[in-house]
Amino acid sequence: MLTKRLIACFDVRGGMVTKAHKFQDNIDIEKAGVIAKKIYGDQIDEIIFYDITASSEKRKIDLDTVRSVAKQVFVPFTVGGGIRNLDDMYEVLKAGAEKISIDSMAVRNPDIIKEGSIAFGRQCIVLSMQVKKVAKTEKIPSGYEIAIDGARFFTGMDALEWAKKGEALGAGEICVNSIDNDGTHMGYDIEITSLIAENVNIPVIASGGAGEPAHLSEVFTKTKADAAIISSMLYSPRISRNYSVSELKSFLDESGVNVRPIVQKEKYKLFG
Amino acid sequence: MRFLCVGLYFSGVKIMVSIINYKAGNAPSVLNAYNMLGIEAKLIESPEDVLGAEKLILPGVGSAGATMDSLGGMGVIGPIKYMLKEKKINFLGICIGLQVLFEFSEEGNVGCLGLLKGKVKKFDAGAMRVPQIGWNKAVFLDSDEINKNLEAHEYFYFVNSYYVDPSEKGDVFAETDYGGVFTSMVRHENIYAAQFHAEKSGEAGLTLLKNFAGLKNS
Repeated sequence: MLTKRLIACFDVRGGMVTKAHKFQDNIDIEKAGVIAKKIYGDQIDEIIFYDITASSEKRKIDLDTVRSVAKQVFVPFTVGGGIRNLDDMYEVLKAGAEKISIDSMAVRNPDIIKEGSIAFGRQCIVLSMQVKKVAKTEKIPSGYEIAIDGARFFTGMDALEWAKKGEALGAGEICVNSIDNDGTHMGYDIEITSLIAENVNIPVIASGGAGEPAHLSEVFTKTKADAAIISSMLYSPRISRNYSVSELKSFLDESGVNVRPIVQKEKYKLFG
Repeated sequence: MRFLCVGLYFSGVKIMVSIINYKAGNAPSVLNAYNMLGIEAKLIESPEDVLGAEKLILPGVGSAGATMDSLGGMGVIGPIKYMLKEKKINFLGICIGLQVLFEFSEEGNVGCLGLLKGKVKKFDAGAMRVPQIGWNKAVFLDSDEINKNLEAHEYFYFVNSYYVDPSEKGDVFAETDYGGVFTSMVRHENIYAAQFHAEKSGEAGLTLLKNFAGLKNS
């Protein structure tokens, strides 16, 4: 049976992992390669790395950091931020990433989802969306609106409609980022995660708000999410305490959530 | 004495893993894995390189049709068939590199290499999310040098909308459950191939890649 995935997410600027609160007030933590290697050693299921300033600074993604992470990490690895076209996607994949995350770019040019999916396979394309709870209206029936550019611009698009459109265009996964919950450590937005996970047939990743292990079991039991993003819980100094991957896996296992178990690495006799 | 023999084997016999580097493939990720393991490996692109290979890996992401087109364009289809069928070198296919070994794929309804009997089918999208993305359990039906130091079942990382259905059940080496049991690894003489991405499956995957590099050509 397929297990629920824990995905470590790193926002990176200038090669350093950084942590924001509601998309602002970043503090730098450690070099991306160093943190990625450590979290891989701790047996995380997957890693996402967002080059958060590539878009706003109108520069290409930091490929050297992508390469350095890819050489040390042997679990799937997604890169996002500053992807403008197919050539950018190709470069990031050749630098060693498995998947490309597209967000604001996909809103501006939805065909990029289709083009990327045809060129590299839909499994390469993660449609990441910034969602915010708003009043339900005729135009926004789900009560969640799509924002872009680090929640700086609201598009008037309905989140559920955008998710369905993304799937139809060829996205392989959908990552639902809650603007309201981001950095709050109060838990995932269950309502929108559930709504999207019920209504698309590709994997859905919950993102934004995880602060304690119970938030993970909540999102995996109350919604059909396939994966959940964690970041603050792992490494942020802004949270009351950090948790190891092993602690989180044990907690989920005891809560009846099917996860990939932590293994004793020595048994593989990989070195010597 | 045993250690001495192993030492001689590794130092006396040149073990080089050749990884076919085609456009949509993720050959560099497989190379990264071998570099980390300290095992000699290289990316290859020409028919001559395939004909000179001692051990061959065909990695893969993307679609069966695009992969066949890419291999055809590189002129390596004939050399791959020759090296596998006649020279019987050890081969490891990964993901699409497994699927194209069969006769036919429902993905784009394309003919494939036909080195193994059977076809490639799509998961039932009504029953399960497609693609399957994530860590799933492979249950090995047999033990061999390829799964040395691995448990009878191990978790590996899968990304697939299609799966292989071998006609010869003896070719099935591992099985996995995704809304029904499917073949997640095959073995046929010198040919091994896995649906999961060994290069992205942590220590278990690295173990399988290391074991492949250590196989002796018959």
